Amino acid sequence: MADFEVPELKEHIEIPELQEGAMAHSQPFVSKEQWQQPLGYPGELVENWEQAALDKMGDLLGKYRSFQVFLDACVKCGACTDKCHYFLGTADPKNMPVARQDLLRKVYRRYFTFAGKYFPKLVGAVDLNKEVLDEWYSYFHQCSQCRRCSVFCPYGIDTAEISMAAREILDSVGVGQKYCNEIIHKAQTLGNNLGLPQPALKDTLLDLEEEVEEDIGVPVRYPLDEKGADVLLITPSADFFAEPHIDGLIGYGKVFHQLGISWTMSSFASEAANFGMFIGSYENMQRLALRIRKAALELGVKRIVFGECGHAWRVAYSFLNTLAGPFDFLDPNYPVPQHICEVTWDAIQKGQLKLDPSANDHLNVTFHDSCNVARGSRMGNEPGGQFKIPRAILKSVVNNYHDMPRETICESTFCCGGGGGLLTDDLMELRVKGALPRMEALKHVHDNYGVDHLVAICAICKSQFTKVMPYYGFEMDSILSLHQLVGDALVFDQHE
Amino acid sequence: MSILTVIMTVMFYSASAILLVGLGRKIYTYAKTPAPLKIPTTPAPVTQGGVVLRMASEVVLFNSLFKSNKWIWIFGWMFHMALFVVLARHLRYFTDPVWWWVEIIQPFGRYGAFAMLIGLLGLWARRIFVERIRYISAPSDHLMLALLLGITLTGIGMSFVSHTDIVAVKAFFMGLMRLDFQPFPADPILIAHITMVSLLMMVFPISKLLHAPGVFFSPTRNQVDNPREKRHLSPWAAELPNEPTKSS
Repeated sequence: MADFEVPELKEHIEIPELQEGAMAHSQPFVSKEQWQQPLGYPGELVENWEQAALDKMGDLLGKYRSFQVFLDACVKCGACTDKCHYFLGTADPKNMPVARQDLLRKVYRRYFTFAGKYFPKLVGAVDLNKEVLDEWYSYFHQCSQCRRCSVFCPYGIDTAEISMAAREILDSVGVGQKYCNEIIHKAQTLGNNLGLPQPALKDTLLDLEEEVEEDIGVPVRYPLDEKGADVLLITPSADFFAEPHIDGLIGYGKVFHQLGISWTMSSFASEAANFGMFIGSYENMQRLALRIRKAALELGVKRIVFGECGHAWRVAYSFLNTLAGPFDFLDPNYPVPQHICEVTWDAIQKGQLKLDPSANDHLNVTFHDSCNVARGSRMGNEPGGQFKIPRAILKSVVNNYHDMPRETICESTFCCGGGGGLLTDDLMELRVKGALPRMEALKHVHDNYGVDHLVAICAICKSQFTKVMPYYGFEMDSILSLHQLVGDALVFDQHE
Repeated sequence: MSILTVIMTVMFYSASAILLVGLGRKIYTYAKTPAPLKIPTTPAPVTQGGVVLRMASEVVLFNSLFKSNKWIWIFGWMFHMALFVVLARHLRYFTDPVWWWVEIIQPFGRYGAFAMLIGLLGLWARRIFVERIRYISAPSDHLMLALLLGITLTGIGMSFVSHTDIVAVKAFFMGLMRLDFQPFPADPILIAHITMVSLLMMVFPISKLLHAPGVFFSPTRNQVDNPREKRHLSPWAAELPNEPTKSS
């Protein structure tokens, strides 16, 4: 089923021997003018691109302390070299985080540092040429910006920051990535990544209401654009139609229904995902974030809650207040924004949800910490709440739960292999190989404890696993939404 | 003044100036460059006090490195901690009278040199024999180790093998500080030691040694995790248009 070799699952994660150039051929489709231009980028490689790229690099060095410090501080200690899932899955040395950073750092050194200007060979500095640019395009689209390397770096160097800067530079000289930029354009014009217009969204949600009522006999609502609701739910648009995402959306609706919370979604801001982050563009990320502010103001809601989506939660939790705040028009008794898991866990603790975990007794599950939730955000009041709260919810709604090995979960979690704007069919080889460490960890609990389902709280993880699990011998439907299990375990009050 | 004294004087003054000015400029750049987004690697402390503890655990214990790789950690940590004690021991050449705690650490500093040596050899061995680290090494990475090793070995040589005239050494450096120039002892090992130290001081602001100030400015380690409670906004970002549509 593949025109590349699918890696073999081992007992434990093994560090491969280096295979130079193993993934040099991997490149996503290049964006075209129709998607570049609306985002503020040239439609094709500009004439004086070398100078333009260096100017952009200089601009970013002055705007982002992370970029400046991370390019200077690396001592090549090697701590990160075996930490990237793409390296572990592909053996390509340029997928070692430090080597990936060096693709950019060697140009930084050549043009921005004394040592690189006068002793380029000594410090490994190189001129910027087309070959280097092509290599950037290839390898900065082999980083899912999962931040695993940053956990282990003694200086906290985050390759995600370097990748984002590199993509911003590439975009600014006219070499964008089709997948991300087309999606950003859709979300900025139509409100969501899929380009679903309001009527289609409305129909989908009405169908969903019918389906759920037929299924459980309770009139759970999935409202759209309802002014005066208390809660605005922002969820990834995949939740509207994809499996298993939609089961998660059904679950959020059930929780809101049971709690008696009036809520709505917005067609104007019908997308939690924010691909502006993936391309390192503050401006594009902000334009998307501001749609949420505008929707909240127009609908007159009191709270904003986000559905299950990894990087969306990072942007929401860490950046939304910066990009689109202040949110002083919302109810100050709730954090802005809240994660649906925070809402659910709070209700469980207060005894407001009656749960019957035996409803999920046919399942034996484990939890996949999504990278951006794990290392770029928080839930609740305590550091690490992003690990504890989803697990606590899960353990309240299932009886069979086992964690994967420690070095593959929580802050050390492995990315699904499809994050960071790489969830596109033109990168299938990379996605399959990048999933290797997670699949090995899953196999471990499968073989030892009989775990048969992986639960996630991220739209990208869910889509990625649905697609790549079959390559490793797992069923494509062995990935589930957390709120599907919540919804299934929920016992509804009869006094409607 | 002998030619040697003139050369060593000029060299040490230049090295000190380059180190201070170069490092000062870099630190100024780091400090004035904004961090427009909250990007602590989470779980992260939710208070400023927590951040101080996190940073302390990084610079004193090398906490992240410990999580990553025990071999790099043991060699790297041993080298840095020993270097710190050895450097402190050297304060006796720049203070008169010598501070009490500098007196106390003298024997630790004397033998600490061997811990430095073992650390450096261990790190270099990994750089040569571990395929992944060999791949990411530039010539400058090897030269830096060679330089540090040279400084360590000449230091050990003067302390344990062929003693140098430390009274004269102290007189020379105290003289530099008081602009009362004293002769530099014509000991080849000492000349090599001070020359290499000067070289290290000069390359500090233009090399990976910038990791020392850099770690304190690393946003993934020095930011408080409180974006929902406190709005974080950098000056350049505050000037962007506040509209969801593209401004042309």
